[in-house]
Amino acid sequence: MKILFKNENLFNPITVAITLIIILFFLGNFISPGFASPNQIISLLIVASLLGIISAGQNLVILGGREGIDLSVGGVVSIAAVVAGNVMDGSNAAILPAVAVTLFVGGFIGLINGIGVTFIKIPPLVMTLGMLGVLQGLLVVVRNGVPSGNAAPFLVHFATKPLLNTFPGILWLWLILTLFLVFLLKHTVYGLRIYAIGTNERAAKMTAVPVELIRVSLFVLSGMFAALAGICLLGYSGSSFANVGEQYILPSIIAVVFGGTSLAGGKGGYVGTALGAILLIVLQSILITIRIDESGRQMIFGATLLLLMIFYGRGKMLRS
Amino acid sequence: MHKNNKNISLQLIRNFPFIPSLIILIVLILLNGFYEPNSISIGSLVGLISTYLALMLLAVAQTYVVMSADIDLSVGGVISLVNVSIVAFMDHFGGGVYVVLLSLLLGIIIGILCGLINGFVVAILRLQAIVATFATSIFFMGLALYIMPVAGTPASDLFWLTYFENYFGIPFVIYALSFIILLIFFLNKSRFVKTLLAVGDGYLSAFQGGLDVTKTRVKGFLLCGFFSAVSAFCLTGETASGDPLVGTKMTLLSVAAVVLGGGALSGGSASVIGSMIGVLIIGLINSLVFFIGTPSEWQNLIQGLSILIALMIGIYINIKAQA
Repeated sequence: MKILFKNENLFNPITVAITLIIILFFLGNFISPGFASPNQIISLLIVASLLGIISAGQNLVILGGREGIDLSVGGVVSIAAVVAGNVMDGSNAAILPAVAVTLFVGGFIGLINGIGVTFIKIPPLVMTLGMLGVLQGLLVVVRNGVPSGNAAPFLVHFATKPLLNTFPGILWLWLILTLFLVFLLKHTVYGLRIYAIGTNERAAKMTAVPVELIRVSLFVLSGMFAALAGICLLGYSGSSFANVGEQYILPSIIAVVFGGTSLAGGKGGYVGTALGAILLIVLQSILITIRIDESGRQMIFGATLLLLMIFYGRGKMLRS
Repeated sequence: MHKNNKNISLQLIRNFPFIPSLIILIVLILLNGFYEPNSISIGSLVGLISTYLALMLLAVAQTYVVMSADIDLSVGGVISLVNVSIVAFMDHFGGGVYVVLLSLLLGIIIGILCGLINGFVVAILRLQAIVATFATSIFFMGLALYIMPVAGTPASDLFWLTYFENYFGIPFVIYALSFIILLIFFLNKSRFVKTLLAVGDGYLSAFQGGLDVTKTRVKGFLLCGFFSAVSAFCLTGETASGDPLVGTKMTLLSVAAVVLGGGALSGGSASVIGSMIGVLIIGLINSLVFFIGTPSEWQNLIQGLSILIALMIGIYINIKAQA
């Protein structure tokens, strides 16, 4: 048993996540036949992609260390859905400007977070929690002034229907983002520097890494990823509705944890996080297929999350 | 001479990290009084306390875990669970005096059990507090929904009538608040709070200094569960009914209040009094935004911005003081 636990390859988070996902699909198919049918898997992946894209930004901020975390993603997702819906307002021609404006808004919110954390030295949890409050207020203002706005037909198609007889566009987007993030993190100077500041900020600073600039950029990226997810969510649901984003805040952190990224920073990567997002969504949909009350579903979900966490990153035992 | 003065004030903030928030509080009271002279009166002060007593207690609960560098995102779930449990209990057994008293006992036991579960998963299983207590909160909320699937069961009349009653001309909430402050005062004098803070300063050094880090952290969570239950009592008195979702919005506010009160989420520095002041700051910002005549759809935004700015000012001053 001890050898089993020591073998890193066997117990690496990615292997654990893949194994669990496969087991859950078998379990789901056993409980409700057809759960693991190709169509069903694709619709699960679409739901997972929304969480996965938000978790990408969360992942970057967490990797950067110094208790990095972004609670404002939920607010950004909600705002982004409203902004994008209003700019495109059901017209295909306006998709590109809408995407540009929305990403800019998300990035700008991230920039404020980043400046607060880096230069005024507000702990990320506090800064982004405060920002979440601001965004929730902003949402009330925005929603009062304008109608909720509609998704353009192409965006709806992109998020729900197969693209050129293959997978839906949103899944291609997620795949490209995943490859991009893997490349960015492992093969670029910027990526290596993220790990450097997450592992040891002081050492990174001494080797002339622009720590402040990188940390701000991580929050900007997190805001942009959340905004992108907001646009996709708009396509997925057709129109924006109040506070859609809030339900994603803590799951986006859990996906990162299930993906093997340490909340202490400097360790982990995006492939695991993407798998973590899939794992969470599959787990949730299995619970929906089981015919029990919402209460039982929540209790099982909470207990399972705890159980899974025991597999991942338990803290070190204190020794003198 | 001037430099010396500055040093003294920084020294003061270092010893009493809630001083900046106290100043913010006083400014807010004056601003409230300026825009609405009636707001500075015993009556409106009692109103403020009675509206925010539940959140104050929840911030107190949160403070005891923040002291040891943990965080508890399940407090809202605990409140919901205790709220529906005691209301269902009173509903089932009739609202007599003994039933009400027993329901309070039941609520305390539930709160402490929730704290025990949180302490177990965070300190003994060594899971990350932020995600582990989120998971337990889902569990607690599920349990609350199981006990009471839809909101609306009324609390026993005796329960909420007592909560709103005046005794010898003084409202019940003032007695409740005084009792709680007395309790907190004795807790603060105890060795326990000093141990919590020492542990929060650094687990390894506390461990090497011979402190039982795990046990201390578990005790912090137990205390958090206890005060969350008491907070649920106040909320139940205020709303006079059971609602399985009642605590959802309060979790993050309790964290914000701790920070507004000068508490550091990195542990080792937080004060219960500060956190209570933090809640009053949130309450006064809310009323000030109303008094200056902000259009209703803008109120949430202005409140959110003001809280963010208050958070920033407080932390900025404390960082300067620690440096």
